[in-house]
Amino acid sequence: MSQTGAVAAAADLYAQREKRLLDAIELREPERLPTILFSHFWVARYAGMTCREAMYDYDGLAAAMRKAMLDLEPDGFQPVHTLLALGPTMEILDYRQLEWPGHKGLAEDVPYQYLDRQYMAVEEYEEYLLDPTGFVLHKYLPRVAGAFEPLAQLPAYPTVLHTRIVQSVEAYARPEVRAALERLIKAGEEVQKMRAVMSRLNQELKELGFPCVAHGTGHAPFDVASDYLRGSKGAMLDMFRQKDRLLAVLDRLAALLPQTAISAAKAAGGNMVFIPLHWGLDGFMSPKQFATFYWPQFQKVLLALIDAGIIPHVLWEGDCTSRLEVIKDVPKGKCVYFFERTDMFKAKEALRDQVCIRGNVPASMLISGTPEQVREYCCKLFDVVGDGGGFILDASVGIPDEGKPQNVRAMFDCAKQCAY
Amino acid sequence: MEDKSKQLVQLIADMQEEEAVKLSREMLDSGYDPIKLLGHCREAMEVVGKRYEAGEYFLPELMLAGEMLTAIGDMAKPLIKQDTSKAKDGKKVIIGTVHGDLHDIGKNIVTFMLEINGFQVVDLGIDVPAETFVESIKTHGAKVVGLSGFLTLAFDSMKTTIETIKAAGLRDNLKIMIGGGQVDDAVKTYTGADAFGLNAMEAVSLCKKWIPA
Repeated sequence: MSQTGAVAAAADLYAQREKRLLDAIELREPERLPTILFSHFWVARYAGMTCREAMYDYDGLAAAMRKAMLDLEPDGFQPVHTLLALGPTMEILDYRQLEWPGHKGLAEDVPYQYLDRQYMAVEEYEEYLLDPTGFVLHKYLPRVAGAFEPLAQLPAYPTVLHTRIVQSVEAYARPEVRAALERLIKAGEEVQKMRAVMSRLNQELKELGFPCVAHGTGHAPFDVASDYLRGSKGAMLDMFRQKDRLLAVLDRLAALLPQTAISAAKAAGGNMVFIPLHWGLDGFMSPKQFATFYWPQFQKVLLALIDAGIIPHVLWEGDCTSRLEVIKDVPKGKCVYFFERTDMFKAKEALRDQVCIRGNVPASMLISGTPEQVREYCCKLFDVVGDGGGFILDASVGIPDEGKPQNVRAMFDCAKQCAY
Repeated sequence: MEDKSKQLVQLIADMQEEEAVKLSREMLDSGYDPIKLLGHCREAMEVVGKRYEAGEYFLPELMLAGEMLTAIGDMAKPLIKQDTSKAKDGKKVIIGTVHGDLHDIGKNIVTFMLEINGFQVVDLGIDVPAETFVESIKTHGAKVVGLSGFLTLAFDSMKTTIETIKAAGLRDNLKIMIGGGQVDDAVKTYTGADAFGLNAMEAVSLCKKWIPA
């Protein structure tokens, strides 16, 4: 094939794959079952890299992702660099919210892990509510990364005005602030290096005919309060002890979060946002607590994103079967619900005319099962959940890091045979 | 005082933290037997456990119940002269998050539920090497071990831990339960565990079955 012919063929493939995904999202029957490659460290392991290498070697990770894409030929992919290739920058920043491979106590070939801690004290609710940006700049950032510590000295801008603005720049000339700014510039340059590799890879994958399906990341307000501010224990206790303040913070986050995700997607030139959810599942909080602290605020975020033309891919971690009737209240065919352990058949019953479903080949099957078991499971999902369209095949929370290549391949191959 | 003790059980069970702590303080200040007071706390925890089992209470209630128990315990324990620590001996369960995994929320909830159900839990913490489990089984002579893990790397780590326990000759009289994250029946088979659980109540049921009162 001539070069022009190859380009045209790839463009054609891209259009076919994009259409397949959009048909599923908009609740039509595609010509066959679409798939998405969402991996954490699996693509790196598949190419023989350790977790540590995946976090530090931008080009190596790009080669690993390219290999996995060409071998598996999914219909779409979520970029891996923004998820993994953060090691050098985190070192420069002295980032403290993650333990990562080869850093401090963690071995070279284990995935990074988030440290569930309290990053905002209960006494700081009012301060946060009064001025979230000021709180984050002066208190939060210095806690989560050493490089930000001197920024605590920066002026409190909402009340520094007129000629005080002019004088306030003195803070930037202090040796420790100056050193912090230099360190942040160095960290920023490192991110630019990583992003340059990622952009090249994304462009290359596009030219090979693969659409990207995650142009930014979003969050649910309660997850932010729990994971990133109060810690899980703090947030749960606040449901009783600080109910009004917690609700006020959740409202504030519901108003702030959409813009961040929309801007990220626009900057990346796409319209899909990935939203992993952590605390809304069955068994964690009661239906009443879900209806008070979780869903109304998250629904606001979802609706704001959809209004802005974004297609959210919401990963409902854990089992959310009891939430189905509540969470179906979103505009028809405008988002994707990606389920981990939710009963997929009940999900189909509840969401059939409303939301595209994505998932959920279990991690245990991809790790310890056989290709035959994987095929059987995928075919069953296609028959029931795929009925009438509105279904994208994926693993349960992306491909598990330890997934056997032959099982992963069986999942993607099976979808190619699931014709409508 | 009997009215007050009933009131205390109800306040704790109904998640009325401030009032429960205040009433405990009042009772202790007026000379109420601290051991009896802790008995009421246990009674209240049984109600909490039942409501959790019935799907009425969830993790936030368990967290708050734990906080109340600690607050009241901290007031009552300094007033107790006799040693009550060996009351639950014989119903020991060893628990820990397996090597490589740093998550502990699930493990802590299971520990809490086992304790309020009368088990003595030896909590080995997070990122626990297989050898530490072996040592602990030898030291405590426990009949049940619970392995926790949130990440999928825990599947292999659980498998290694169970193999190490077996190689140490300790597997025969031991029951091993696993839980957390994406653990399911296939993982149970893969790791060689005796059972898996999806929530803390399942862990309690398993321990009750394996170590009858």
